[in-house]
Amino acid sequence: MKQEILFSMKSPYRDEFKIQGFRFGEGEKSVAIVGAMRGDEVQQQFTCSQIVKNLMEMEEAGLLVPGHEILVIPSANHFSMNINKRFWAMDNTDINRMFPGYEKGETTQRIASAVFDSVKGYKYGIQLASFYLPGEFIPHVRMMNTGFQDTNLALKFGLPYVFVRQPKPYDTTLLNYNWQVFDTQAFSIYAGDTNIINKESAKIAWTSILRFLDKMGIIKHTIHNGFCSSIISEKNLQSIMSDSAGILYSLKESGDEIKKGDILAKVLDPFNGKVLSEIFSPITGTIFFAHQKPLIHEHTVLFKIIDFNYSNEVKNE
Amino acid sequence: MIKTIISEGLPVDEKLIIRKNIITGKAGNKRLCIVTGTHGDELEGQYVCFELIRRLNENIQFLEGTVEIYPALNPLGLDSVKRGYPTFDLDMNRIFPGDVKGHLIENIAHQIVQDLKGADMVIDIHSSNIFLREMPQARVNVQMADQLVPFAEMLNIDFVWVHDAATVLESTLAHSLNVIGTPTLVVEMGIGMRITRAYGDQLIEGIINLMQNMGMWSGPVSDEISTPQLSTKGEVCFINAETSGIIIPTVSHSVDIKKGDLLCQIVDPFEGTVLEDVLSPVDGLVFTLRTYPVVYEGSLIARIFSKKCPKS
Ligand SMILES: [Zn+2]
Repeated sequence: MKQEILFSMKSPYRDEFKIQGFRFGEGEKSVAIVGAMRGDEVQQQFTCSQIVKNLMEMEEAGLLVPGHEILVIPSANHFSMNINKRFWAMDNTDINRMFPGYEKGETTQRIASAVFDSVKGYKYGIQLASFYLPGEFIPHVRMMNTGFQDTNLALKFGLPYVFVRQPKPYDTTLLNYNWQVFDTQAFSIYAGDTNIINKESAKIAWTSILRFLDKMGIIKHTIHNGFCSSIISEKNLQSIMSDSAGILYSLKESGDEIKKGDILAKVLDPFNGKVLSEIFSPITGTIFFAHQKPLIHEHTVLFKIIDFNYSNEVKNE
Repeated sequence: MIKTIISEGLPVDEKLIIRKNIITGKAGNKRLCIVTGTHGDELEGQYVCFELIRRLNENIQFLEGTVEIYPALNPLGLDSVKRGYPTFDLDMNRIFPGDVKGHLIENIAHQIVQDLKGADMVIDIHSSNIFLREMPQARVNVQMADQLVPFAEMLNIDFVWVHDAATVLESTLAHSLNVIGTPTLVVEMGIGMRITRAYGDQLIEGIINLMQNMGMWSGPVSDEISTPQLSTKGEVCFINAETSGIIIPTVSHSVDIKKGDLLCQIVDPFEGTVLEDVLSPVDGLVFTLRTYPVVYEGSLIARIFSKKCPKS
């Protein structure tokens, strides 16, 4: 393993800002893995650090297959992480909305450009991602529907679901999108939380990445096959919205299987605890996403439920 | 007449309320909408709302049609000195036309578009951010230039920036309205967290001039409406800091400068040394200038409009 400084920048008053890369093996540029790009992605950083740890042990044991290069960047934004900010320390811009970056542009465009220069050209790109809404997902791997994506590859992670997302205009500046445009098969791994460390879901994430590397012949890592993933898209998900605001009292969480008519959550009056509304499931399915903050706004998504009937229809097409 | 267009529940005993003032003149069915306060740290539009409403109310006999004024699309941000929508992660001007299946704020974005839809003209006033001062200007997507530039030129502003189409900008309020046939102009002026009264007064004269041209105003109009420079007649040059440090300004905003003129110095307050002399690469007009002193490598220092900008 070679530890390298991929980008460095002097700050006016703080210590130097550096992006470190951990490069394993030599040969074909096989896989690049990127961890925290936002300051609250502690879970993502932790997961990446565990991948580095595992790969170092495998290297020692001779389990890296020769002829492959693996690059891991656990953190591209600790200047924000160290001061408890999600977005860039100085101007609140989002590094993951700056790709492919611009080396002569604004600070975060330069950071994105440096990251992208380091990670482009790899066969596979894996990003440990977080969502813009607070909540918990079933562990899944996400690909963008850019027309270049190969969803069958995503099955090799052995996570319960592969989610194919239709990019919105604003998504064209994400790392995942740009990777695919530049011929890298790009995957985003969503496993649970963001600003806390959940050891179980982190382990699911790093195990799935090691499984993928094994299946692709990049490392030798004997492990069970994981799940036989279902491929789903936004069309398979039914959003359950709040019809009042208050304290959210959730009765179900992500991964739970539910029947039509099951009660999912209650919204409570924040003064007297009275039940303002009860949220029932309109369908039978599995909870893919569950809102996790204790307070809920009106007209906000509480759950996304996978509608398996819909899913089957799609597969039969 | 103040009308509440959106009232949605927040968790504890509060509604998120978005309101507009509808000012109706005599006969006439044209509708002009002025919106601002999408970014809670941009306040220049507040003076424009206040002063325009005051003038319209005092001269209501000249108004034909309806002017609707929305001072605060992001009331939570304005009231808490936050650029974004508190509790929500994405820039509000990147989630249009909204989504009724997402967060409340995405739902609100959808409702805002529905409320503005069908107006004869919408003017969306922004005021940069806390770092940069902007000369009063309109920004127009090149795809809309033929339709919108003639109206932008009526606004008594100094500059019209016709910019390239970028996919990411398809999520703005202005683009979302323009694609559904509701013409929308974006005005950028001044600086975040401050009000520059002269800029506000300048734009108000322009709005009244625009209203006259649209057949919505029969009263007097300033006879000193300026003709803005048009970016398509030259090029916009970006100057970014190449060193992190503190900037000591040299030039003023909105001035013409020559190639080689000193824009600012980036200095090191520990060593007492100059780290970088930032020179203008062109002759031109400084229409954006950084006022916030702390810079990192890459921080934007100025934008200069030049007829001879070298291709970067
Ligand atoms: Zn703005």
